[in-house]
Amino acid sequence: MISPQSLHVWGSISFVAGLAVAGEVLIAAGMRQIGDLDVIRARSGIGGAIKAVLSNSKFVLGAFGMAFNFFAMLFTLSIAELTLAAPAIASLTYIGNAIAARIFLRERVDHRRWLATGFVALGVVLLAR
Amino acid sequence: MKHALKPSQYAVLIAIMLTASLGDSLLSRGMGQVGQVDLHHLPLLWHALFNPFVDGGIILLIGFFACYTTALSWADLTFVMPATAFGYVVIALTGRFWLHEQMSWSRWAGILLIVCAVGFVAGGPSRTEHHELDQMDAGVGR
Repeated sequence: MISPQSLHVWGSISFVAGLAVAGEVLIAAGMRQIGDLDVIRARSGIGGAIKAVLSNSKFVLGAFGMAFNFFAMLFTLSIAELTLAAPAIASLTYIGNAIAARIFLRERVDHRRWLATGFVALGVVLLAR
Repeated sequence: MKHALKPSQYAVLIAIMLTASLGDSLLSRGMGQVGQVDLHHLPLLWHALFNPFVDGGIILLIGFFACYTTALSWADLTFVMPATAFGYVVIALTGRFWLHEQMSWSRWAGILLIVCAVGFVAGGPSRTEHHELDQMDAGVGR
């Protein structure tokens, strides 16, 4: 039987990881829409590149998501131990990003990338022990 | 899928690894000097802005975000992700060889796994071309 406290902690961890995935996928979608920043910078200068990024709605929404994620992370750290919350959030975010990138960004996540995602998620957990 | 990255693009990926890990380390050291911040001591956050380690950390993390968004403009999210994770390895190795911290076997195993992950991804293509996928979806590319 899972205790209500444990449910609360894992609910918060999942929420923070979900926010991070949403923020990163939105930022990635925005940057894909904008195109190669090196090319934009060569054509319109650094000001043009900054303007292109900040006027993209997906990027701005993703950046707000990441900011909200930061505060949600602070809340989670107030109810969960750092040694549990930090690696759990990082690992869930890496796996969630790979799944979301496959579905929403239509990235070709081949076996090499799935393996890398799994290794990173497990590696983060081991580093935090 | 595109395969080759330019040297300048590899430099951006290395900058992502270094700025994230060094920025976090500087912030951690600075906030250690500032002291614990809670709801009753919020003005401490203002004082934190005058700490050189915190300032250095903020500048490096702004640099990280700039490099990260630049990388996402020419590479897939699943390609860039392991590069960000490599920052954990930099932090662990900094702790071992600079701060002379003890490293358990599990941390060495974690480092090995993340290094392998970066190797897997770095050896593959950096970007999915969507017109290729569209053709495959339509059955043309099969």
